Amino acid sequence: MTNKALPYLLLTPAILFLLVFFLYPFVQIAVLAFAGPEGFTLSHFQRMTSHWKFGTALANTLILTAIIVPVQLALALSMASIVTRLKTGRSTILYIFAIPLGLSDLAAGIIWLAIFEQSGFLNSLLVGLGLVERPVLFLGYQNIGWIFAAVIIAEIWRATAIMMVILVSGMGIIPKEYYEAAEVFGASRWQRFRKVTLPMLRPSLQTALILRTIAAFEVFAVVVALGGTTLPVLMGETYQWQFSLRDRSVAASYALVILAISIAATLVFLRLLRVPKEAKI
Amino acid sequence: MSSAPVAANIEDRPRPVGDAGRAGQFVFVAAIILLCAWILVPLYLLFVNTLSSPAEVTGFPKSGLPSFSMGSVQFFLSFSGVGQALWNSLLVAVLTMVFSILLGAPAGYALSRFEFPGKEIFRLLVVMTRAFPLPLLALPLAVMFIRTGLDDTALGLALVHTVLALPFAVLITFSLFAGIPVELEEAAWTLGCNRLQAFIKVILPLVLPGIVASAVFAFTISWNEVFAASVLTIENRTLTAFLVQNLNVSPLHLKFAGGTALVLPALIFIFAVRKYLFAMWGIANR
Repeated sequence: MTNKALPYLLLTPAILFLLVFFLYPFVQIAVLAFAGPEGFTLSHFQRMTSHWKFGTALANTLILTAIIVPVQLALALSMASIVTRLKTGRSTILYIFAIPLGLSDLAAGIIWLAIFEQSGFLNSLLVGLGLVERPVLFLGYQNIGWIFAAVIIAEIWRATAIMMVILVSGMGIIPKEYYEAAEVFGASRWQRFRKVTLPMLRPSLQTALILRTIAAFEVFAVVVALGGTTLPVLMGETYQWQFSLRDRSVAASYALVILAISIAATLVFLRLLRVPKEAKI
Repeated sequence: MSSAPVAANIEDRPRPVGDAGRAGQFVFVAAIILLCAWILVPLYLLFVNTLSSPAEVTGFPKSGLPSFSMGSVQFFLSFSGVGQALWNSLLVAVLTMVFSILLGAPAGYALSRFEFPGKEIFRLLVVMTRAFPLPLLALPLAVMFIRTGLDDTALGLALVHTVLALPFAVLITFSLFAGIPVELEEAAWTLGCNRLQAFIKVILPLVLPGIVASAVFAFTISWNEVFAASVLTIENRTLTAFLVQNLNVSPLHLKFAGGTALVLPALIFIFAVRKYLFAMWGIANR
Protein backbone atom coordinates (compact mmCIF):
# COMPACT_ATOMS: atom_id res chain seq x y z
CA MET A 1 0.00 0.00 0.00
CA THR A 2 1.47 3.35 -0.99
CA ASN A 3 1.57 6.30 1.33
CA LYS A 4 -0.41 8.33 -1.20
CA ALA A 5 -3.52 6.17 -0.97
CA LEU A 6 -3.42 5.61 2.78
CA PRO A 7 -4.94 8.92 3.98
CA TYR A 8 -7.83 8.56 1.54
CA LEU A 9 -8.38 4.99 2.68
CA LEU A 10 -8.51 6.15 6.29
CA LEU A 11 -10.94 8.94 5.45
CA THR A 12 -13.25 6.88 3.24
CA PRO A 13 -15.46 5.44 6.00
CA ALA A 14 -16.08 8.85 7.57
CA ILE A 15 -16.69 10.49 4.18
CA LEU A 16 -19.12 7.81 3.02
CA PHE A 17 -20.92 8.01 6.33
CA LEU A 18 -21.27 11.81 6.15
CA LEU A 19 -22.45 11.62 2.55
CA VAL A 20 -25.23 9.17 3.38
CA PHE A 21 -26.29 10.51 6.77
CA PHE A 22 -25.45 14.21 6.52
CA LEU A 23 -25.47 15.55 2.94
CA TYR A 24 -28.15 13.26 1.52
CA PRO A 25 -30.70 13.99 4.28
CA PHE A 26 -30.27 17.72 3.75
CA VAL A 27 -31.12 17.30 0.09
CA GLN A 28 -34.10 15.25 1.22
CA ILE A 29 -35.31 18.02 3.52
CA ALA A 30 -35.38 20.41 0.58
CA VAL A 31 -37.17 17.81 -1.57
CA LEU A 32 -39.77 17.23 1.15
CA ALA A 33 -40.34 20.94 1.58
CA PHE A 34 -40.60 21.91 -2.07
CA ALA A 35 -41.99 18.82 -3.84
CA GLY A 36 -45.71 18.54 -4.54
CA PRO A 37 -47.75 16.21 -6.69
CA GLU A 38 -46.89 18.33 -9.78
CA GLY A 39 -43.25 19.01 -9.11
CA PHE A 40 -42.01 22.18 -7.45
CA THR A 41 -44.44 23.86 -5.10
CA LEU A 42 -44.48 26.52 -2.43
CA SER A 43 -47.74 25.27 -0.96
CA HIS A 44 -46.03 23.65 2.06
CA PHE A 45 -44.35 26.94 2.85
CA GLN A 46 -47.63 28.78 2.45
CA ARG A 47 -49.32 26.28 4.74
CA MET A 48 -46.57 26.84 7.30
CA THR A 49 -46.59 30.64 7.18
CA SER A 50 -50.35 30.93 7.17
CA HIS A 51 -50.65 28.93 10.39
CA TRP A 52 -51.13 31.37 13.28
CA LYS A 53 -48.35 29.83 15.33
CA PHE A 54 -45.60 30.36 12.75
CA GLY A 55 -45.02 34.07 13.39
CA THR A 56 -45.10 33.60 17.16
CA ALA A 57 -42.74 30.62 17.01
CA LEU A 58 -40.26 32.49 14.83
CA ALA A 59 -40.42 35.62 16.98
CA ASN A 60 -40.11 33.64 20.23
CA THR A 61 -37.10 31.72 18.96
CA LEU A 62 -35.34 34.89 17.77
CA ILE A 63 -36.11 36.84 20.97
CA LEU A 64 -34.95 33.94 23.18
CA THR A 65 -31.69 33.74 21.21
CA ALA A 66 -31.18 37.51 21.26
CA ILE A 67 -31.46 37.53 25.07
CA ILE A 68 -29.73 34.25 25.92
CA VAL A 69 -26.60 34.41 23.75
CA PRO A 70 -25.31 37.88 24.83
CA VAL A 71 -25.89 37.10 28.52
CA GLN A 72 -24.08 33.80 28.08
CA LEU A 73 -21.20 35.53 26.34
CA ALA A 74 -20.72 37.95 29.25
CA LEU A 75 -21.07 35.18 31.83
CA ALA A 76 -18.75 32.83 29.95
CA LEU A 77 -16.12 35.57 29.63
CA SER A 78 -16.30 36.21 33.38
CA MET A 79 -16.09 32.51 34.21
CA ALA A 80 -13.20 31.95 31.80
CA SER A 81 -11.31 34.94 33.25
CA ILE A 82 -11.81 33.59 36.77
CA VAL A 83 -10.57 30.14 35.81
CA THR A 84 -7.57 31.62 34.00
CA ARG A 85 -6.63 33.69 37.07
CA LEU A 86 -6.99 30.85 39.56
CA LYS A 87 -3.90 29.25 40.99
CA THR A 88 -5.29 26.87 43.59
CA GLY A 89 -8.33 24.70 43.08
CA ARG A 90 -8.38 25.45 39.37
CA SER A 91 -9.40 21.97 38.26
CA THR A 92 -12.15 21.69 40.88
CA ILE A 93 -13.70 25.03 39.96
CA LEU A 94 -13.33 24.21 36.28
CA TYR A 95 -15.13 20.89 36.77
CA ILE A 96 -17.98 22.56 38.65
CA PHE A 97 -18.32 25.25 35.96
CA ALA A 98 -18.25 22.56 33.25
CA ILE A 99 -20.87 20.27 34.81
CA PRO A 100 -23.80 21.57 32.71
CA LEU A 101 -21.79 20.67 29.60
CA GLY A 102 -22.76 17.06 30.14
CA LEU A 103 -26.44 17.64 30.86
CA SER A 104 -29.20 17.31 28.32
CA ASP A 105 -31.54 20.21 27.70
CA LEU A 106 -34.38 18.00 28.88
CA ALA A 107 -32.65 17.44 32.22
CA ALA A 108 -32.07 21.20 32.52
CA GLY A 109 -35.77 21.82 31.85
CA ILE A 110 -36.77 19.31 34.53
CA ILE A 111 -34.30 20.79 37.01
CA TRP A 112 -35.73 24.28 36.62
CA LEU A 113 -39.25 22.84 36.70
CA ALA A 114 -38.43 21.70 40.26
CA ILE A 115 -37.75 25.34 41.08
CA PHE A 116 -40.50 27.14 39.15
CA GLU A 117 -43.50 24.78 39.44
CA GLN A 118 -46.34 25.83 41.69
CA SER A 119 -45.30 23.69 44.65
CA GLY A 120 -41.64 24.21 43.79
CA PHE A 121 -38.67 25.64 45.62
CA LEU A 122 -39.02 29.24 44.44
CA ASN A 123 -42.58 29.41 45.79
CA SER A 124 -41.47 27.70 49.00
CA LEU A 125 -38.83 30.39 49.44
CA LEU A 126 -41.14 33.29 48.57
CA VAL A 127 -43.87 32.11 50.94
CA GLY A 128 -41.31 31.28 53.63
CA LEU A 129 -39.93 34.82 53.45
CA GLY A 130 -43.46 36.20 53.51
CA LEU A 131 -43.08 37.90 50.14
CA VAL A 132 -46.24 36.35 48.71
CA GLU A 133 -49.41 35.11 50.42
CA ARG A 134 -49.77 31.85 48.52
CA PRO A 135 -47.80 30.03 45.79
CA VAL A 136 -47.72 31.76 42.41
CA LEU A 137 -48.54 29.80 39.27
CA PHE A 138 -45.40 30.76 37.33
CA LEU A 139 -45.71 28.32 34.45
CA GLY A 140 -49.41 28.69 33.62
CA TYR A 141 -50.56 29.73 30.15
CA GLN A 142 -51.61 33.16 31.43
CA ASN A 143 -48.02 33.79 32.52
CA ILE A 144 -46.13 33.71 29.22
CA GLY A 145 -43.63 36.20 30.62
CA TRP A 146 -42.66 33.86 33.45
CA ILE A 147 -42.34 30.86 31.14
CA PHE A 148 -40.11 33.02 28.96
CA ALA A 149 -37.97 33.98 31.95
CA ALA A 150 -37.77 30.37 33.16
CA VAL A 151 -36.65 29.15 29.73
CA ILE A 152 -34.02 31.90 29.53
CA ILE A 153 -32.65 31.10 33.00
CA ALA A 154 -32.60 27.35 32.33
CA GLU A 155 -30.81 27.82 29.00
CA ILE A 156 -28.25 30.21 30.49
CA TRP A 157 -27.68 27.76 33.33
CA ARG A 158 -27.22 24.80 31.00
CA ALA A 159 -25.39 26.07 27.96
CA THR A 160 -22.92 28.68 29.23
CA ALA A 161 -20.41 25.93 30.04
CA ILE A 162 -19.72 25.11 26.40
CA MET A 163 -18.83 28.75 25.69
CA MET A 164 -16.69 28.92 28.80
CA VAL A 165 -14.64 25.85 27.84
CA ILE A 166 -13.97 27.28 24.37
CA LEU A 167 -12.97 30.66 25.82
CA VAL A 168 -10.73 29.14 28.52
CA SER A 169 -8.77 27.22 25.91
CA GLY A 170 -8.62 30.36 23.78
CA MET A 171 -7.26 32.44 26.67
CA GLY A 172 -4.69 29.73 27.37
CA ILE A 173 -2.91 30.31 24.07
CA ILE A 174 -2.61 34.10 24.33
CA PRO A 175 1.13 34.71 24.88
CA LYS A 176 1.90 36.09 28.36
CA GLU A 177 4.33 38.59 26.79
CA TYR A 178 1.41 40.59 25.41
CA TYR A 179 0.09 41.22 28.92
CA GLU A 180 3.56 42.04 30.21
CA ALA A 181 4.09 44.51 27.39
CA ALA A 182 0.70 46.12 28.06
CA GLU A 183 1.56 46.36 31.74
CA VAL A 184 4.89 48.03 30.98
CA PHE A 185 3.00 50.67 29.05
CA GLY A 186 0.76 51.24 32.06
CA ALA A 187 -2.43 49.58 30.85
CA SER A 188 -4.97 48.98 33.62
CA ARG A 189 -6.62 45.59 34.08
CA TRP A 190 -9.69 46.68 32.21
CA GLN A 191 -7.58 48.10 29.37
CA ARG A 192 -5.58 44.87 29.15
CA PHE A 193 -8.83 42.92 28.95
CA ARG A 194 -10.22 45.23 26.26
CA LYS A 195 -7.06 45.68 24.21
CA VAL A 196 -5.29 42.32 24.58
CA THR A 197 -7.67 39.56 25.68
CA LEU A 198 -10.71 40.43 23.56
CA PRO A 199 -8.90 40.97 20.22
CA MET A 200 -6.68 37.92 20.71
CA LEU A 201 -9.73 35.87 21.61
CA ARG A 202 -11.51 36.48 18.30
CA PRO A 203 -11.22 32.96 16.85
CA SER A 204 -12.54 31.41 20.07
CA LEU A 205 -15.30 34.03 20.35
CA GLN A 206 -16.30 33.22 16.79
CA THR A 207 -16.49 29.47 17.43
CA ALA A 208 -18.34 29.96 20.71
CA LEU A 209 -20.89 32.38 19.27
CA ILE A 210 -21.60 30.27 16.19
CA LEU A 211 -22.06 27.06 18.17
CA ARG A 212 -24.26 28.67 20.79
CA THR A 213 -26.42 30.69 18.41
CA ILE A 214 -27.19 27.67 16.27
CA ALA A 215 -28.00 25.64 19.36
CA ALA A 216 -30.21 28.46 20.64
CA PHE A 217 -32.27 28.36 17.42
CA GLU A 218 -32.81 24.66 18.16
CA VAL A 219 -34.20 25.22 21.66
CA PHE A 220 -36.77 22.49 22.23
CA ALA A 221 -36.71 20.23 25.28
CA VAL A 222 -36.29 23.04 27.83
CA VAL A 223 -39.35 24.77 26.41
CA VAL A 224 -41.37 21.55 26.36
CA ALA A 225 -40.40 20.72 29.95
CA LEU A 226 -41.21 24.19 31.31
CA GLY A 227 -44.09 25.37 29.17
CA GLY A 228 -45.46 22.44 27.21
CA THR A 229 -46.89 23.88 24.00
CA THR A 230 -47.82 27.20 25.62
CA LEU A 231 -44.68 28.84 24.28
CA PRO A 232 -44.32 27.95 20.58
CA VAL A 233 -40.75 27.81 19.23
CA LEU A 234 -39.55 26.69 15.78
CA MET A 235 -38.21 23.31 16.84
CA GLY A 236 -41.32 22.56 18.88
CA GLU A 237 -43.53 23.41 15.90
CA THR A 238 -41.41 21.14 13.68
CA TYR A 239 -42.09 18.34 16.14
CA GLN A 240 -45.81 19.17 16.28
CA TRP A 241 -46.18 19.11 12.48
CA GLN A 242 -44.26 15.85 12.23
CA PHE A 243 -46.36 14.09 14.88
CA SER A 244 -49.61 15.73 15.92
CA LEU A 245 -50.44 17.19 12.50
CA ARG A 246 -48.69 14.43 10.54
CA ASP A 247 -47.46 16.67 7.73
CA ARG A 248 -43.84 15.86 6.98
CA SER A 249 -43.57 18.51 4.26
CA VAL A 250 -44.51 21.36 6.58
CA ALA A 251 -42.14 19.96 9.21
CA ALA A 252 -39.41 19.98 6.57
CA SER A 253 -40.30 23.59 5.70
CA TYR A 254 -39.80 24.49 9.37
CA ALA A 255 -36.47 22.68 9.27
CA LEU A 256 -35.43 24.82 6.31
CA VAL A 257 -36.37 27.99 8.19
CA ILE A 258 -34.19 26.92 11.13
CA LEU A 259 -31.42 26.02 8.70
CA ALA A 260 -31.71 29.39 6.94
CA ILE A 261 -31.45 31.49 10.11
CA SER A 262 -28.59 29.24 11.34
CA ILE A 263 -26.60 29.79 8.15
CA ALA A 264 -27.37 33.51 8.24
CA ALA A 265 -26.13 33.76 11.82
CA THR A 266 -22.99 31.77 11.01
CA LEU A 267 -22.16 34.07 8.09
CA VAL A 268 -22.72 37.16 10.23
CA PHE A 269 -20.34 35.90 12.93
CA LEU A 270 -17.76 34.78 10.37
CA ARG A 271 -17.78 38.27 8.89
CA LEU A 272 -18.02 40.26 12.15
CA LEU A 273 -15.20 38.42 13.89
CA ARG A 274 -13.08 37.82 10.84
CA VAL A 275 -9.49 36.92 11.68
CA PRO A 276 -6.95 38.04 9.06
CA LYS A 277 -4.63 35.19 8.12
CA GLU A 278 -1.49 37.07 9.09
CA ALA A 279 -2.90 37.85 12.54
CA LYS A 280 -3.25 34.21 13.59
CA ILE A 281 -1.14 33.04 16.52
CA MET B 1 0.16 47.20 42.61
CA SER B 2 -2.28 47.25 45.51
CA SER B 3 -3.35 50.74 44.47
CA ALA B 4 -5.02 49.30 41.37
CA PRO B 5 -8.61 50.48 41.21
CA VAL B 6 -11.10 47.92 42.43
CA ALA B 7 -14.14 47.64 40.24
CA ALA B 8 -17.08 45.32 40.69
CA ASN B 9 -16.19 43.43 37.54
CA ILE B 10 -12.62 42.79 38.55
CA GLU B 11 -13.00 39.11 37.67
CA ASP B 12 -13.10 40.13 34.03
CA ARG B 13 -9.34 40.34 33.84
CA PRO B 14 -7.09 37.36 33.41
CA ARG B 15 -4.38 38.34 35.87
CA PRO B 16 -2.70 36.40 38.66
CA VAL B 17 -4.55 36.54 41.97
CA GLY B 18 -1.47 37.84 43.74
CA ASP B 19 -1.62 41.44 42.59
CA ALA B 20 -5.27 42.08 43.31
CA GLY B 21 -6.01 44.27 46.29
CA ARG B 22 -7.57 42.84 49.42
CA ALA B 23 -11.03 44.02 48.45
CA GLY B 24 -10.47 42.73 44.92
CA GLN B 25 -9.56 39.37 46.39
CA PHE B 26 -12.81 39.36 48.35
CA VAL B 27 -14.91 40.17 45.29
CA PHE B 28 -13.06 37.50 43.34
CA VAL B 29 -13.72 34.78 45.92
CA ALA B 30 -17.34 35.90 46.33
CA ALA B 31 -17.82 35.68 42.57
CA ILE B 32 -16.44 32.13 42.51
CA ILE B 33 -18.71 31.04 45.36
CA LEU B 34 -21.74 32.64 43.73
CA LEU B 35 -21.05 31.02 40.37
CA CYS B 36 -20.50 27.59 41.95
CA ALA B 37 -23.79 27.97 43.85
CA TRP B 38 -25.53 29.00 40.62
CA ILE B 39 -24.40 25.71 39.03
CA LEU B 40 -24.77 23.39 42.01
CA VAL B 41 -27.92 24.53 43.86
CA PRO B 42 -30.39 23.65 41.05
CA LEU B 43 -28.77 20.21 40.76
CA TYR B 44 -29.04 19.76 44.52
CA LEU B 45 -32.73 20.67 44.43
CA LEU B 46 -33.38 18.06 41.73
CA PHE B 47 -31.73 15.44 43.92
CA VAL B 48 -33.78 16.58 46.93
CA ASN B 49 -36.97 16.01 44.96
CA THR B 50 -35.78 12.63 43.74
CA LEU B 51 -34.95 11.49 47.26
CA SER B 52 -38.34 12.52 48.63
CA SER B 53 -41.55 10.53 48.71
CA PRO B 54 -44.14 11.26 45.98
CA ALA B 55 -46.36 12.99 48.56
CA GLU B 56 -43.52 15.31 49.57
CA VAL B 57 -42.73 16.12 45.94
CA THR B 58 -46.25 17.45 45.36
CA GLY B 59 -46.49 18.88 48.88
CA PHE B 60 -46.00 22.54 49.84
CA PRO B 61 -43.99 24.26 51.17
CA LYS B 62 -40.75 22.41 50.64
CA SER B 63 -38.00 22.29 53.23
CA GLY B 64 -35.13 21.94 50.76
CA LEU B 65 -33.83 18.91 52.63
CA PRO B 66 -34.20 15.35 51.32
CA SER B 67 -36.11 12.82 53.47
CA PHE B 68 -34.15 10.00 51.82
CA SER B 69 -37.37 8.18 50.99
CA MET B 70 -36.97 5.88 48.02
CA GLY B 71 -40.65 6.19 47.06
CA SER B 72 -40.09 8.33 43.95
CA VAL B 73 -37.16 6.25 42.76
CA GLN B 74 -39.12 3.01 43.20
CA PHE B 75 -42.13 4.47 41.43
CA PHE B 76 -39.91 5.56 38.53
CA LEU B 77 -38.10 2.24 38.19
CA SER B 78 -41.29 0.20 38.31
CA PHE B 79 -43.19 2.53 35.94
CA SER B 80 -44.16 0.69 32.78
CA GLY B 81 -41.66 1.36 29.99
CA VAL B 82 -38.90 2.92 32.08
CA GLY B 83 -36.69 -0.17 32.21
CA GLN B 84 -37.00 -0.61 28.48
CA ALA B 85 -36.25 3.09 27.88
CA LEU B 86 -33.14 2.95 30.06
CA TRP B 87 -31.96 -0.12 28.16
CA ASN B 88 -32.64 1.53 24.79
CA SER B 89 -30.76 4.68 25.80
CA LEU B 90 -27.81 2.58 26.89
CA LEU B 91 -27.85 0.50 23.70
CA VAL B 92 -28.06 3.53 21.38
CA ALA B 93 -25.32 5.36 23.30
CA VAL B 94 -22.95 2.37 23.19
CA LEU B 95 -23.54 1.92 19.45
CA THR B 96 -22.95 5.65 18.87
CA MET B 97 -19.74 5.42 20.86
CA VAL B 98 -18.44 2.49 18.81
CA PHE B 99 -19.43 3.96 15.43
CA SER B 100 -18.00 7.41 16.08
CA ILE B 101 -14.63 6.01 17.20
CA LEU B 102 -14.40 3.48 14.37
CA LEU B 103 -15.19 6.19 11.80
CA GLY B 104 -13.57 9.15 13.52
CA ALA B 105 -10.23 7.83 14.76
CA PRO B 106 -8.87 6.78 11.33
CA ALA B 107 -9.92 10.17 9.95
CA GLY B 108 -8.25 11.96 12.87
CA TYR B 109 -5.07 9.97 12.29
CA ALA B 110 -5.06 10.74 8.57
CA LEU B 111 -5.53 14.46 9.25
CA SER B 112 -2.69 14.53 11.77
CA ARG B 113 -0.10 12.54 9.80
CA PHE B 114 -0.57 13.31 6.11
CA GLU B 115 -0.59 16.27 3.78
CA PHE B 116 -2.78 15.42 0.83
CA PRO B 117 -4.98 17.16 -1.72
CA GLY B 118 -8.54 17.40 -0.45
CA LYS B 119 -7.53 17.62 3.20
CA GLU B 120 -9.02 21.09 3.55
CA ILE B 121 -12.25 19.99 1.88
CA PHE B 122 -12.65 17.19 4.40
CA ARG B 123 -11.92 19.52 7.31
CA LEU B 124 -14.51 21.90 5.91
CA LEU B 125 -17.06 19.08 5.70
CA VAL B 126 -16.43 18.23 9.35
CA VAL B 127 -16.61 21.84 10.51
CA MET B 128 -19.71 22.38 8.37
CA THR B 129 -21.60 19.71 10.31
CA ARG B 130 -21.23 22.00 13.35
CA ALA B 131 -22.93 24.84 11.50
CA PHE B 132 -26.10 22.85 10.81
CA PRO B 133 -28.94 22.07 13.18
CA LEU B 134 -28.20 18.35 13.09
CA PRO B 135 -31.17 16.90 14.98
CA LEU B 136 -33.29 18.03 12.02
CA LEU B 137 -31.63 15.24 10.03
CA ALA B 138 -34.05 12.95 11.77
CA LEU B 139 -36.96 14.22 9.63
CA PRO B 140 -35.84 12.93 6.18
CA LEU B 141 -34.05 9.96 7.72
CA ALA B 142 -37.34 8.83 9.24
CA VAL B 143 -38.58 8.24 5.68
CA MET B 144 -35.35 6.57 4.59
CA PHE B 145 -35.36 4.31 7.65
CA ILE B 146 -38.90 3.11 7.00
CA ARG B 147 -37.81 2.02 3.51
CA THR B 148 -34.75 0.18 4.81
CA GLY B 149 -36.36 -1.31 7.91
CA LEU B 150 -34.23 0.75 10.26
CA ASP B 151 -37.18 2.72 11.63
CA ASP B 152 -37.74 2.51 15.36
CA THR B 153 -34.52 0.57 15.93
CA ALA B 154 -31.59 1.36 18.19
CA LEU B 155 -29.27 0.99 15.19
CA GLY B 156 -31.10 3.63 13.15
CA LEU B 157 -31.07 6.18 15.96
CA ALA B 158 -27.41 5.41 16.74
CA LEU B 159 -26.52 6.24 13.12
CA VAL B 160 -28.10 9.69 13.48
CA HIS B 161 -26.39 10.25 16.83
CA THR B 162 -23.12 9.28 15.18
CA VAL B 163 -23.51 12.24 12.81
CA LEU B 164 -23.69 14.42 15.94
CA ALA B 165 -20.70 12.77 17.63
CA LEU B 166 -18.44 12.19 14.62
CA PRO B 167 -17.12 15.76 14.23
CA PHE B 168 -16.05 15.73 17.87
CA ALA B 169 -14.45 12.31 17.51
CA VAL B 170 -12.49 13.49 14.48
CA LEU B 171 -11.34 16.71 16.14
CA ILE B 172 -10.40 15.07 19.45
CA THR B 173 -8.49 12.19 17.88
CA PHE B 174 -6.84 14.64 15.48
CA SER B 175 -5.45 16.69 18.36
CA LEU B 176 -4.45 13.51 20.22
CA PHE B 177 -2.46 12.10 17.31
CA ALA B 178 -1.00 15.50 16.49
CA GLY B 179 0.33 15.64 20.06
CA ILE B 180 2.45 12.51 19.55
CA PRO B 181 5.75 13.14 17.76
CA VAL B 182 5.94 11.38 14.40
CA GLU B 183 9.55 10.46 15.33
CA LEU B 184 8.22 7.82 17.73
CA GLU B 185 6.51 6.08 14.83
CA GLU B 186 9.55 6.47 12.60
CA ALA B 187 11.75 4.88 15.28
CA ALA B 188 9.43 1.87 15.33
CA TRP B 189 9.62 1.61 11.54
CA THR B 190 13.42 1.58 11.58
CA LEU B 191 13.26 -1.20 14.18
CA GLY B 192 11.34 -3.34 11.73
CA CYS B 193 7.69 -2.60 12.47
CA ASN B 194 5.38 -1.98 9.55
CA ARG B 195 2.96 0.93 9.70
CA LEU B 196 0.16 -1.06 11.37
CA GLN B 197 2.46 -2.70 13.92
CA ALA B 198 4.01 0.64 14.80
CA PHE B 199 0.56 2.08 15.27
CA ILE B 200 -0.65 -0.75 17.50
CA LYS B 201 2.50 -1.09 19.59
CA VAL B 202 3.61 2.53 19.93
CA ILE B 203 0.83 4.99 19.18
CA LEU B 204 -2.25 3.16 20.43
CA PRO B 205 -1.08 2.75 24.06
CA LEU B 206 -0.27 6.47 24.16
CA VAL B 207 -3.60 7.71 22.80
CA LEU B 208 -5.86 5.10 24.39
CA PRO B 209 -6.93 7.28 27.36
CA GLY B 210 -7.80 10.10 24.98
CA ILE B 211 -9.72 7.75 22.71
CA VAL B 212 -11.68 6.53 25.71
CA ALA B 213 -12.44 10.15 26.63
CA SER B 214 -13.73 10.89 23.17
CA ALA B 215 -15.81 7.68 23.26
CA VAL B 216 -17.29 8.79 26.57
CA PHE B 217 -18.10 12.16 25.04
CA ALA B 218 -19.89 10.42 22.15
CA PHE B 219 -21.83 8.37 24.72
CA THR B 220 -22.92 11.55 26.53
CA ILE B 221 -24.04 13.22 23.29
CA SER B 222 -26.24 10.26 22.43
CA TRP B 223 -27.52 9.78 25.99
CA ASN B 224 -28.67 13.42 26.13
CA GLU B 225 -30.15 13.84 22.66
CA VAL B 226 -33.88 14.56 22.67
CA PHE B 227 -35.24 15.65 19.29
CA ALA B 228 -33.95 12.96 16.93
CA ALA B 229 -34.71 10.31 19.54
CA SER B 230 -38.32 11.51 19.81
CA VAL B 231 -38.76 11.62 16.04
CA LEU B 232 -37.15 8.28 15.20
CA THR B 233 -38.41 5.98 17.93
CA ILE B 234 -41.99 5.02 18.67
CA GLU B 235 -42.03 1.65 20.40
CA ASN B 236 -38.35 1.55 21.31
CA ARG B 237 -38.20 4.92 23.05
CA THR B 238 -34.97 6.07 24.65
CA LEU B 239 -35.18 7.63 28.11
CA THR B 240 -35.21 11.21 26.76
CA ALA B 241 -37.88 10.38 24.16
CA PHE B 242 -39.90 8.53 26.79
CA LEU B 243 -39.79 11.49 29.17
CA VAL B 244 -40.68 14.03 26.47
CA GLN B 245 -43.59 11.92 25.29
CA ASN B 246 -44.94 11.56 28.83
CA LEU B 247 -44.22 15.09 30.11
CA ASN B 248 -47.85 16.20 29.90
CA VAL B 249 -49.30 13.16 31.61
CA SER B 250 -46.67 12.02 34.07
CA PRO B 251 -46.73 12.99 37.76
CA LEU B 252 -44.03 15.33 39.06
CA HIS B 253 -42.10 12.69 40.99
CA LEU B 254 -41.73 10.64 37.79
CA LYS B 255 -40.26 13.65 35.97
CA PHE B 256 -37.76 14.41 38.72
CA ALA B 257 -36.61 10.82 39.14
CA GLY B 258 -36.30 10.65 35.34
CA GLY B 259 -34.30 13.86 35.35
CA THR B 260 -31.91 12.39 37.90
CA ALA B 261 -31.54 9.24 35.80
CA LEU B 262 -30.54 11.50 32.91
CA VAL B 263 -28.14 13.60 34.99
CA LEU B 264 -26.20 11.01 36.99
CA PRO B 265 -24.34 9.22 34.17
CA ALA B 266 -23.55 12.58 32.57
CA LEU B 267 -22.06 13.88 35.84
CA ILE B 268 -19.82 10.85 36.17
CA PHE B 269 -18.76 10.98 32.54
CA ILE B 270 -17.87 14.66 32.49
CA PHE B 271 -15.81 14.03 35.62
CA ALA B 272 -14.04 11.14 33.88
CA VAL B 273 -13.13 13.15 30.78
CA ARG B 274 -12.48 16.53 32.44
CA LYS B 275 -8.81 16.43 31.42
CA TYR B 276 -9.80 16.21 27.77
CA LEU B 277 -12.47 18.91 27.71
CA PHE B 278 -10.03 21.26 26.01
CA ALA B 279 -8.64 18.84 23.47
CA MET B 280 -12.19 18.68 22.12
CA TRP B 281 -11.84 22.13 20.68
CA GLY B 282 -8.72 21.24 18.75
CA ILE B 283 -6.59 23.40 21.01
CA ALA B 284 -4.03 22.03 23.44
CA ASN B 285 -4.77 22.30 27.15
CA ARG B 286 -2.38 24.74 28.76
